Parts: sequence; structure tokens; C-alpha cells
Amino acid sequence: MNALQRSGSGSMAQTQSPRSPSSQAPYLTVSVTDPAKMGNGVQAYISYKVITKTNFPEYQGPEKIVIRRYSDFVWLRDRLFEKYKGIFIPPLPEKSTVEKFRFSAEFIEMRRQALDVFVNRIASHHELQQSEDLRTFLLADEQTMERSRSQETGIFKKKPADLMQIFKDVQSKVSDVVLGKEKPVEESNPEYEKQKNYIFQLEDHLAEAQKHAYRLVKRHRELGQSLSDFGKAVKLLGSCEGNSLGKAFSELGAKSEILSIKLQREAHHLLMNFEEPLKDYVRALQSIKATIAERANAFRHHCELGETIKFKEIDLNKLRLTRSEKLAEAEREYEQLKADGEESKRKFETIVKLMNEEIARFQEQKTIDMGVAFHEFAKGQAHLAKSIAEAWRSLLPKLETCSSS
Amino acid sequence: MMGYENQGYEEAHLFASKEEMASLVLNEDPSPPLNGSQSFPDDPLSSSPPYVEIPTDDTDPLHSPSPNQVLPNHSSINSILEPPSYADAIFQSFDSDYVDSAEVNSQDQSLSALSSLSSDYIKICISDPQREQEQSGSLVPGGSSYFTYLITTFTNLPEFNGTEFNVRRRFRDVVTLSDRISESYRGLFIPIRPDKSVVESQVMQQNEFVEQRRMALEKYLGRLAAHPVLRRSEELRVFLTVSGKVPLARTTDVASRMLDGAVRLPKQLLGGESAVGGAAEVSEVAQPAKGGRDLLRIFRELRQSVVNDWGATKPPFIEEDKEFLEKKEKLQDFEQQISNVSQQAESLVKNQHDMGETMGQLGLAFVKLTKFETEEAIYDSQRACAADMKNVATAAVKASRLYRELNAQTVKHLDKLHEYLGVMLAVNNAFSDRTSALLTVQTLLSELSSLNSRIEKLEAASSKIFGGDRSRIRKIEELRETVRVTEEAKNCAVREYERIKENNKNELERLDKERHDDFLSMLKGFVVNQAGYAEKIANTWETVAEETIGYAK
Repeated sequence: MNALQRSGSGSMAQTQSPRSPSSQAPYLTVSVTDPAKMGNGVQAYISYKVITKTNFPEYQGPEKIVIRRYSDFVWLRDRLFEKYKGIFIPPLPEKSTVEKFRFSAEFIEMRRQALDVFVNRIASHHELQQSEDLRTFLLADEQTMERSRSQETGIFKKKPADLMQIFKDVQSKVSDVVLGKEKPVEESNPEYEKQKNYIFQLEDHLAEAQKHAYRLVKRHRELGQSLSDFGKAVKLLGSCEGNSLGKAFSELGAKSEILSIKLQREAHHLLMNFEEPLKDYVRALQSIKATIAERANAFRHHCELGETIKFKEIDLNKLRLTRSEKLAEAEREYEQLKADGEESKRKFETIVKLMNEEIARFQEQKTIDMGVAFHEFAKGQAHLAKSIAEAWRSLLPKLETCSSS
Repeated sequence: MMGYENQGYEEAHLFASKEEMASLVLNEDPSPPLNGSQSFPDDPLSSSPPYVEIPTDDTDPLHSPSPNQVLPNHSSINSILEPPSYADAIFQSFDSDYVDSAEVNSQDQSLSALSSLSSDYIKICISDPQREQEQSGSLVPGGSSYFTYLITTFTNLPEFNGTEFNVRRRFRDVVTLSDRISESYRGLFIPIRPDKSVVESQVMQQNEFVEQRRMALEKYLGRLAAHPVLRRSEELRVFLTVSGKVPLARTTDVASRMLDGAVRLPKQLLGGESAVGGAAEVSEVAQPAKGGRDLLRIFRELRQSVVNDWGATKPPFIEEDKEFLEKKEKLQDFEQQISNVSQQAESLVKNQHDMGETMGQLGLAFVKLTKFETEEAIYDSQRACAADMKNVATAAVKASRLYRELNAQTVKHLDKLHEYLGVMLAVNNAFSDRTSALLTVQTLLSELSSLNSRIEKLEAASSKIFGGDRSRIRKIEELRETVRVTEEAKNCAVREYERIKENNKNELERLDKERHDDFLSMLKGFVVNQAGYAEKIANTWETVAEETIGYAK
């Protein structure tokens, strides 16, 4: 791999434009496109084209296209989650078992967009973009990908159950005192507590907003349908009425039908550009909760090690006093434990540091993403309302001529 | 432009709160200017509720201030956080609009009457429902109770001999009025009276039911007053002006009718010629056969209708008016289309309502989010996000309110469709009057023909006997007398039929014109309404789009 990399960068240096690579800002952009249905029946799935454009030296070329499916994305997310504890891994769209079978165009489009956002978030994160797993995901051929994927499934299958347990701990409502056990060890950091509460509450609020946004999409569709039916009925009335008034009716009916189409279009726009970003952030918050769980995990592990080290020390002193042969081994174990303890402390502190950075980054990203979503929402609504106003206004001169007749 | 400024000034006085700007341009013009053209509401005939026409001109001075006016209202989060009270305030101002428009609606009829007779005016209000006990004569001990309503009439019609009248009436009196009018004015498109709704009166809350009935009665009497012929009827005048018991017969006097219609018929007809109004007896033949009392007549007419449909030869007297038949068919088609459109209009209104509601809920969710983010803000980016959310929340709540008002206005406009469904019922009744009058004529003609053939036979038989056949000659004399009377009845029936035809014809003309005007104004109102509110909604969202333009890609 290294040799390849070096030769890759070498060849890149030769094939590069006369401008030196360092003057061009490094970029890595990915697009997930062209969903295609593969296979049949129960085993059917959707495959996506993943196009990578980059000037990163490790990437052996300015552009690469691979074919990926949903479970490949899941693999990537799981690997990143495992390796980059403390960083908020971007969320994936839900794994749906039922809708998948229906494969509606809208579902596919929503999923494609979410996957595109997912990969690009990783590609623009200063740490995650360096990940080897990301490179595998973006460059490897399909067989290699499949192999990697099937290797990992065994290890990660337990994860959901683990996370559930950890969530319970984090919420800390069910007390182990009831069971006679001590409460599990938790950080007593008021600032962090506040942050955790914020995350949980924000998720609730955003979920509610998303729910109403989804309903709003539906309302657009229903109103559109209604206008279409109304338009048809009015047209029939117009043809029955005859004369100029009849024509006015017919035009009204025609306008209704046109507006119906506009409403359907806006419904789709609203879905993709407002509702989905909101949903995306709900998922992002759930992903953050998983990171919170990881931190709690690391903290507990560190504390447990601390306990173990203490006991070991006591043991060690006992052994010293009795001048046992086991002393040497025990000393070795003790040193090992101390090293482990340092390691777990380091890991925990890394997570804490990373999380602090991540929160700030998250807030900034959220403001931008929400801002974009709001802008699209407002633009869409304004545009729709304007066309509606125009369409109806255009009828007025015709109604004028009717009344004079 | 002058008109606008005056209008704005007027309305600034009417509404004290900041909502004035918002509700200002939302006062739609619900009733059409009389001459059918879009005149500015300086029209002296339009009364108290001020109308503002949504201008086609985008540089409307009333438009541009509105976002600025409303935004200060939202500058404090508290006002966002209590959208229910904010919305309530708006809803109240709308309620007062609605009451005004209810008045306007009843003025509508008087105004449309004004269009035909420039100075005639009749307006009817119904109010003050009171509960009263059934007087003696009731079989139920303790008596049942019923409601009476105060009916106030303002008019300058000469027949009334007065300008203001107040009477108390109960629903049963209205039924009587309606029945009498239906009998006297066959062939006219008589407005349908409100239902007796026995079930509803048991099921609904009493206050609701009484109010519903009061409104229905007001509408009904208003429609009667708007009808060019019925407004001058004695029945209506008596109903509106005479205190105490309503001096209209509850049912036509049929106590003296015997089942044998053929014997009664001649006696009744000997009384008089005129078939319109007045004494009940004269127009017996001019009345459709009533069940239970006129059995023989019913049987005869039924037999005649069967003969018409299944007989080998065409009846001697038929509906020949091609123009009428064409119009009738067209109206049937029209009725179906109206019913269809009316249904779709209902679901359109429902969907508009839902849209507004969901938009409001979305707004509320963002209000909560704004509050949350603001309280918990640690980073500047959070504060910026909160500010954006506030804008979205404001706009969504405002848009929701606009949808609600749009919808209320839409209901008023599209209500015309429902009204015309009622009109079609009246039309069908008028056409039935015609059909049954025709049937009466046909029946009498058949009778005449059979009587005449009996006379012929008797004469033929009698002539064979030398010196004549006393009994037969007597019989012939009797039959001749019957023929004479039946002939008169037939003439009466024919006159009635012709009268109904004339009524139909006039009414059809009136219907055509009124329908044209009504629908045109409905279309205009609907379209102006939709366009106006859409523009307002567009402006609301454009503000937010502007404010968030920094995020655009």
C-alpha cells in the first residue's frame, strides 16, 4: 500500500498541471448518484455510483468511480465510530426493511441525498477525511469491499445491544440501588451534564419540528390534489354554462390544475430541502448520543482500571511483605496495569477534548445547515405563493370582460 | 389613490391594535358592487363594513408598511411564545368581520333588490329567541315548550304602510307561510324553507340549535324578501307585520272536500274565475291534488299519467315549448355540475384549513426551539441559529393566520355554490308545478272526451226510440250539465297551466341573469381573495428568504 501510495503520489506529481500541487488547496468531494435497482425479490437492493474527486496524494488520481450499496455505507460508519471515538460521526439514513421493497422513487431519492450528505461530511471533516477506511470505501473494487464488509459484521453485531445498555446508564433513571448494586460510575461534571441535557432536549425539539415539516409536505400534496379535482369540476361546469361566464369558469379550472402541479412540485422541494435536513439533524443528535455513550464507557473503564490498580497495589504490598516468588510476576502485572491505566486515561481525555471541539463544530455546522434549510423553505414558499397570486390575477381581466357583456 | 388613503385612514380608527395593518388589507369585499364592475368602495350604496380591494398594483402603499408594522410585534419573544393569544386577537377581529358580513349577506338580498327597483328596500332581522309554553289545549299535562323569535322588518315598500315592524313568530308559523306561498305561487322559484330537523333538535345543544335555526330563518326570510314577486305577496306581508296569531290558514280548507272529486269540483268552480290567491275554494283545480283528501282526483290523474306514458296515442295536450324543454335539460346538467363543484369546493376548503393548521403547528415548534436555543446558548453560532429560527417561526405563524383568514373568506365566496343547490331545488319544484298542472288539464280533457262519447252513445240509443226515451233524455241533460261544468274546470286548469308556464318563463330569465351576476361576483371574489392572500403570504416568506440569503449556496 505504501509503495503504491508513493508511486501514486509520484505519478501524480508527473501528471499534475505545471502548477505545483501545494499551491492548489487540497479538496476531496464525493457525490453519490445514479441509484440502480439490482437483483430480484427478497435480495433486491439499490446500488449507487460513488464519484470521488480529489487532489489528496493518497488517492492515486483526480477522479475515481466505484459502485456501493447501503451496507457498504453502514460498514464505513461502524469503522469510523470504532476508530474515532469522541468525534461525532455523521448519521446514516434509516435502515428500512419494509419500504425498501416498494422502492418508491421518492424513497430512493431521499436515501441517495442522505448518503451523499453522509460521505461529504466525512470528506470535509479534518480528521475523518484522513481515514484509511474512507479510502477503502472510496477506492476499493467491489469484491474487496464485500470481503471487508463481511469480515466486520460478526464483531459489530453486538453493538446495538451494547448501546442500549449504555443509554440506560447515561440517562441514569433506573437506579442500581434498587437492585442492591452501586450506581454505575459517572462523571460529575456539571458543564458536561448541561451539554448532555442540551443534546437530549434538542433532539426532542427537532424531532417535533421535523414531524410537522413532514405533515406540511403532505398538506401540500393534499391541497394540490384538491385543486386538481376542483379544477376539473369547474371546467365541466364551464362547458355546461356556455357563453363568456362559462369560459371564465373553464379558465379558472385550468388555472386550478396548473396550481395543483406547482403545489406538488413544492411538496417535493419542501421534502428534500427542508424536512430531510431536519431529519438529518435528528439523526445527527442520535449519533452524538452514541458518542456520549462511548465517553461514559471510556470513563467507566478508566475508573474500573483505577480500582483494579488499587487492589493490585494492596496485593503487591502483601506479596512484598511475604517475599513470595510471585512478587516479580505481580510487579510485572502491576506495571502493565499502570500502563493500561495511563492508556485508558489518555483515551478518555482524548475523547473529552475531541468532544469539546466537536460540539463547537457541530453548532457552527448546524447553524449553516439550518440556515440553508430555512432559506430554501422560505424561498420555496415565497415562490409558490407568488405563482399562485400571479395565476389568479391573470384571470381578473377575463372576468372584467365577462361583466361588461 | 385617494380612495386608498381614505380607506386606510378610516380603518385605522376601527382597529386599535397593531393587528390593524394585517387585518386592514384582509377585509375582503364580500358582496359585489352593484353595477358588476370593480368600483372602488366609495360607492354610497355599500354600507358600514369597509371594503378594501386587494390592489393589482404592487406599489400599494398599504402593502409595503405591513411587514414592518408586524415585525415590531414579534420583536419580543414573549409575543411569539403566546401565539394562541396573538391568534385569538386576530380571530376576534375576524369574528367582527364575520358578523358584519352576515349583515352584509342579508343586505345582499336587499342590495340586489335595489338593483331592480332603485328605491325599494326591505330588510329582515331575526333575534332574541325566547322560550314559551304551549297554551291550553295541549294533551300533555304541563305542556311542551317551543321557541319564538323576534322578527324585525325595516322597509319602505308602500304595501306595508310603515317602516318598521316587530312580530314574534315560532317555527311552525314559518312552515305555514312556506306552505301558503307554495300553493299561491306555483311556477315561481320559491326559496326552500329551513328543515324541521326534529332529530337535530334532540341531539344538538339547545343554544347551538336555536342559533342555527335563527340564522337559517333569517336567511330564508331574506331570500323571500329578495324575490321580486314574493316580496310583494300578501302572505309575506301579513307574516311580517301582523302581531299575534298568524292570519294564514294552516292548511287549505279541505274539510268540506269529499272523496268524490267529480261532485265537488263543479260546485267549487261555480264560485269564481280568478285562480290567483284569495279564497281557497276557487282555485281547487289550480291546486295539485292533495293526498288523502282528493283520492278520486289523484286516481284519475294517475291513470292519465299512465295513459300518457304507455298509451298508444299521444295525449291531446302536451308540453310543446321546445325552448323550455331545452332549458330544462340544460338546468339538469347544470344541477349536476354545481353539485360536483360544490363537493370539490368543500374538500378544497378543508385542505386549505389543514394547511394553515399544520403551518401553525410548525411555527409553534420553531417558537419552542427558538426559546430553547436562546436559553441554552453557549456559542455565537447558536445565537445566530436561534435568530434564524425566530424568523422562520414568525413567518410560519403569520402564514398560518393568513391561511385561516383566506379560508374563512373562501367559504363565504364558495357558499354561493351551495346556495344554488338550494335554488335548483326550488326550480325543480316549479317544474313539478308545471307538470302537475299539465296533468290536471290532460285529465280533465280525457274526462270531457269520455263524457262526450257517453252523451253520443245515449243520443244514438235514444234516437232509435220513437218519441224519445224519458230516462235517457234526462240522463243526457245531466251529462250535458256535467260537461259544461267540466269544461269550465278545464278552462280554469288551462288558465292555471298557462300562468305557471308564464311564471316559469319569467323565473328562468331571472335565474339566468342572477346566476350570471352571482357567479361572476363569486369568481371575482374568490380569485381576488386567493390572489390577495397569496401575495401576503409571499411577502411574509420573502422577508425570511432575504434574512437568510447569506446561507444561499
